[in-house]
Parts: sequence; structure tokens; C-alpha cells
Amino acid sequence: MSDHESTYVPKTGIERWLDSRLPIVRFGADYMSLPTPRNLNYWWTFGAILMVCLITQIVTGVVLAMHYTPNVAMAFDSVERIMRDVPGGWLIRYVHANGASMFFIAVYIHMLRGLYYGSYKAPREIIWILGCLIFFLMIATAFLGYVLPWGQMSFWGAEVITNLIGAIPMVGEPILIWLRGGPAIDNATLNRFFSLHYLLPFVILGVVVLHLWALHTAGQNNPVGVLIPKERTAKDTLPFHPYYTVKDGVAIILFMMMFAFFVFFMPNALGHADNYIPANPLQTPAHIVPEWYMLPFYAILRAIPDKFGGVVAMFAAIGILFVLPWLDTSKVRSMRYRPTMKIFFVIFVLVGMGLGWCGAQLPDAPVVPGMASFVLLDGELNSYLWLTRLFTAYYFAFFLFIMPIVGLRETPLPVPASVSEPVLSGGATPAAAVAQAEKKG
Amino acid sequence: MAADQGDPNDKDPNRRDFIHIAAGAAAVGAGVMAAWPLVNQMNPAADTLALSTIEFDTSKVLEGMQVVIKWQGKPVFVRNRTAAELQRVRAEGAVGSPAEPDSARTKAGHEAILVVIGSCTHLGCVPTFNAGDFGGWFCPCHGSHYDASGRIRKGPAPLNLVVPDYEFTAGSTVRIG
Repeated sequence: MSDHESTYVPKTGIERWLDSRLPIVRFGADYMSLPTPRNLNYWWTFGAILMVCLITQIVTGVVLAMHYTPNVAMAFDSVERIMRDVPGGWLIRYVHANGASMFFIAVYIHMLRGLYYGSYKAPREIIWILGCLIFFLMIATAFLGYVLPWGQMSFWGAEVITNLIGAIPMVGEPILIWLRGGPAIDNATLNRFFSLHYLLPFVILGVVVLHLWALHTAGQNNPVGVLIPKERTAKDTLPFHPYYTVKDGVAIILFMMMFAFFVFFMPNALGHADNYIPANPLQTPAHIVPEWYMLPFYAILRAIPDKFGGVVAMFAAIGILFVLPWLDTSKVRSMRYRPTMKIFFVIFVLVGMGLGWCGAQLPDAPVVPGMASFVLLDGELNSYLWLTRLFTAYYFAFFLFIMPIVGLRETPLPVPASVSEPVLSGGATPAAAVAQAEKKG
Repeated sequence: MAADQGDPNDKDPNRRDFIHIAAGAAAVGAGVMAAWPLVNQMNPAADTLALSTIEFDTSKVLEGMQVVIKWQGKPVFVRNRTAAELQRVRAEGAVGSPAEPDSARTKAGHEAILVVIGSCTHLGCVPTFNAGDFGGWFCPCHGSHYDASGRIRKGPAPLNLVVPDYEFTAGSTVRIG
């Protein structure tokens, strides 16, 4: 798709005048007419949904910053003022807060889509790496934002997360003091977190531009996972607009309905009640938990009995995604044709959810209440601690052992030669098959 | 073309190579020098550094009680321990990590008064007073147990609760910091 030639023809005099000076209309027109594989399913709509999420967060964020005061004496009250006094402020705040959760729901689906269909494999490694970078920046941004209301969860989340950096041997302590701007989490910390929470979304936006640029250079993947040769472009692709703009639009509307349901009917369901208590530096809540979208990584942190080891494992859990394209040895892109890997993938998804579930439980609590067990090393075997360790082991084994080994050993199913072949070989007459392909589009 | 005028095919170092390297080094040096103040501005400001010491009258703390005071943004526990607690921590000798006897964690003549920074050495939460398996503190975040001398006995925390620099100035008054 890198050789997609410009088909834009300026029609009016103004367009011709502009096109020879700044071809911005041509850029937009070429972008909208990009040849897109005609067999994309609804899992391919989450990129557009994520774009909507990013814009929603930036717009509501800029608006909230007009009323929020980044100072420990006023931060909590200024958020309550947004809720009570600013016209429609409650709506904007709830959209921004739930928007973060929606953003992560969409990004996890987006990432698992890429994993299943091999969208990280050559020639799409850079798209994947930029995506991992965006994911990491999203986590950082969401963390900084959660600190701003200066409630109990804000304060103690900031305390725990910054302390992770303090766990680094030798340089940890100076970096920790540098990050906090003092010996403890205080106004200096809140003030800089505000500045950085404003900045990072624009960095994300910049990386998103590179992500799309790489996508349009390497070409989109598709559920079959085969590259579309140039001579088949006309048969196997459709222009992005109006086919996929409209399809993405349908998905965006459905997603927005779920988003609106949360905002209007259960705006606090995904948050923690303790964040409605103003921050108290002298009292930690009895059970602090991170936001749901960080729970799997938090569980990995707690699974390791060593402080620095836990930090390393948690960052490694994200870091390993960056090298994923070189851990998968299979020549087949789509797991649709990888019967063995498909099973390990389903287990991986369940393990990821299991890690999230474990992250929300107390480590010492029994998994099966009342079941007798024994102490293994530092904890009861029948505890979330050991369940988390089991899941953590699978998480890393999936990338480090299962991917390279299964890729070499499994026998893949026959991969169709082109995007339209699986539809056309269905035994139907060609005319009916084309109609069917249109429907599946 | 003469070598000293920079033949691109000439592998020997020449004056043109020198000016490339020198210009590059100057740019890197200038970049680092410009970046340093932008990094350094995030270190503690003068007003934060000025909040160094506080004074506290420990006679306000009754036997068996703890008072939490704020010092440098962190909680400091001032605990007046009972005779039974003192007996227990002394009988246990040098324990915790690092292994310390209770006498190394208090001031001579004021053994009942324990002054420690109330931040769990794991990830910084405030441990709960008079809870846990060792009669000291229990951290609710990840389940660390401390004894009545603030020494770590169980859980993920790597170190004993930190004893800040402090001294008794007059009678029962301590100056922390």
C-alpha cells in the first residue's frame, strides 16, 4: 500500500491553486482512498475507537484543566467544585474518568487482536513496537491523572508507584527524591504530575501519527494474514472511504453506547470509593488497589517475594511485548490457521483476566474457601499468592517458550493464497460469492 | 583532490573529519549543559529543603499509646511502650533486617520512647498501630509485620522501620532532623 498512487484530481480553481502550494487536500483524499483488505472483521474497528477515546480524553482534559487547581490545599475541593458548580462539570469529569477505563478496554482488545492475527509479524514490527510505546505512555498518563483529585487512592497510589522506582539499587533513592521533588509525596509532586499529565497525551498523539504512518506504509493486516500482491489489489481491497469509515462508525456508535451507559448510570462502578476521601498522608486505607486496568501488572509485582525483583518482573511483563515479533518463530501470521497456538492463545487471554482478578484480592486470602492446604515457601498453597505465581509463570512462558517452540513444531492448516479465496472456494457460484464477500466485508 | 581537503573515499582521518567530530561534540556538550538545569529543577526546592527539623514533647504520649506527627511530609511514630512490650522486645535480642537489639534503636535514658518513621520500608504505606503477629505494626498494603521495636519480622518489606536522626534536647522534648 506504500505504492498507493495519488488519484486525487483537483476540481475547483481554489483546489488547483492550493494543490500547487500546499497539497493538504490531496493528502487527506489519498488517505481516505487507501486500499483496505475487504475481509476485515469487527475486531479491526478498535483502532478507530481508540482514536475517538484519545480525542475524547484530550478535549475533556483540556476543559477540566480550566477549572482544576493543582495544589494540595485546593485540588480535592476544586474537583468537587467541578462536580457541583461548573455547568455540566459532573458530566465532563465522569466522561474523562470513565473515558480512561474505556480507553483501556479498547486497547486491550486491540492488542489481543494483533496477537491473534499476527499483526506484529514482518513487515509490521515497527507498527507493533510503536503501539507498545503508546500502551506504556497510556499507563503513565493514566497514573498521573489518577493522582490529581488528591483523594486517598490518589495519594497512596502515588506513594506506592513512585516507591517502585526507589527500589532500583544505588540510583533509586536520588531518582525517587527527584521525581517527588522532596522527601515525600507533597505539593511539589502534585504540581509536576499535573504538568506531565497535560503533556503526555500530546506525546501519545505524536506516536499515534507514527503508528498510522507505519501502518499505511506496511499495509494493513487482515484475518487471513496473507499479504495482498499488487496485481490483486483491485480484487482484494476496497477504498477506506466510504466502506470502512462507515463500518468504523457503526462500531464507534456501539462503543459509545456502552461508554454512555457507564457515564450516566454507573459512573463510579469502575472507580474506588476511597478516592472520595481527601488524601491523608498519615493514614493508609486498609485495602489499596490500583485501577482495574493495571491489576494484571500489579498482580505480577506482588507475586515476586523480592521488592526489586517484583519491579523488574512488572516492567518485564510490558517490556517483553516490544520484542514479541522476534519471539514468534511461526511463518503463518493468522492463528486462524494455527490450531495448536490458538489453544495457548485462549489460555493466555484467560490467564490475563485471572491475573487481573488476583490483583484485586488480598494475597493471603484462600482461593477455595475452607479447603485445607499446606504452606509452600512463604505462603499457603491455597492462596491468591500462589495462584498469581502460577498465572505469572504462564504469562512469561507464553512469550519465552510457547511462542518460539510451538512456532517451530506445529503443523499449520493450509493458508489460502489470497484474501478472497476462502470466500470464493466456498462452492457457491462466483456471483453469489462476491455478494457474500460484500456481506462479510 | 588532496587528502586534507576531505576526499570522501579517503579512509585516513583528515581535517574535514576533525571538524565533523568537533562540531558534533560541541552540539552534544551544549545539549547536555542545556538539559541539566531542566532536569535539576525537579529536585527538592529551597523551601522544601528548609523544612528540616521539628520539636516534639514526648511527655504528651501516654504509656501504651502512639502519636503520629508529620515531619518532612512523612508520618513519624512516637510510641511510649509498656513494660510488657519492652520486656518482650529485649528478650528477643537482635532480630529484624538488619538484626538489631532494641537498645540500638532508642536513646539511653529514654528506652520506653520509640521514634520511627511511619513508612513501611516496602512501598511506603503507613503501618497500623498495635496490629500484626508481633505486637508492633501491620502494613495493610502488602502484609508486612513489625514488632514493638519497629523491626521487620514477616512480609515483603526489606528493612526495619527507619529511626530518624533525633535527640532529646531538654527533658522529654525531642528534636527530629
